[in-house]
Amino acid sequence: MGLPDRGDPDAVMFREKSPAGSFGASSYYIRNAYRDAETPNMVTVVLADYRGYDTLGEETVIMTAGLICFLLLRRQRTKRDDNKPRKASADAQT
Amino acid sequence: MRKHKYNQIVLSVSATVSPFIMLFGLYVIFHGHYSPGGGFQGGTMLAAALLLIRLAAGFDIAQLQFKRILGTPLGSIGVLIYFGTGFLAMISGGEFLNYGFLPFAGFTEDGLRSLGILMVEIGVGVAVMAILVAIYDDLLEGYLHD
Repeated sequence: MGLPDRGDPDAVMFREKSPAGSFGASSYYIRNAYRDAETPNMVTVVLADYRGYDTLGEETVIMTAGLICFLLLRRQRTKRDDNKPRKASADAQT
Repeated sequence: MRKHKYNQIVLSVSATVSPFIMLFGLYVIFHGHYSPGGGFQGGTMLAAALLLIRLAAGFDIAQLQFKRILGTPLGSIGVLIYFGTGFLAMISGGEFLNYGFLPFAGFTEDGLRSLGILMVEIGVGVAVMAILVAIYDDLLEGYLHD
């Protein structure tokens, strides 16, 4: 038991079939990535094409982070806020 | 904002290096089909080039390059490019994000998928660049008008 050696072709995750006998997804990607998308970089095909929905979610997370920063950190430009600092300093003087 | 006297050496080195960082960021985005990289990495590089100018020349001068109000809308536009690519494939007969159905003439299905990947990466790059710059600007917001 333990972790397999590095680069061992007989390790479980590198075999064509899983121990249960089903075909792994990785061998499908390696065989068909260039044929499907005409793109030599397999990682790009998996990230943007086969798993495009996942990348859409990632980008939405980034946009949400930016929007939250905008909403939390912006200065509110309303009339009431213009009066606020004056009022606070008046309180400090009394 | 307090008036600083900006260092001339830092300013000229940043102004020299920043366009090359930007160019390399574009290369990373558009060469993502053939080498490691893609929208996230290239967008981060573009944002780094913009932030370098912001740090070296000051916030007010950097407004000439990339306005503060542009950040959040451009981030949303990037997401819309991604979503629009998927939606365009959906309304022309395929599934959502199935680039093989994009309505562009003169491409084989493989070429259409390659083109769809490129469009998606451009959307990701625009969004990441704009949002990173926008977060920096938002963090600076309270300091500006002191």
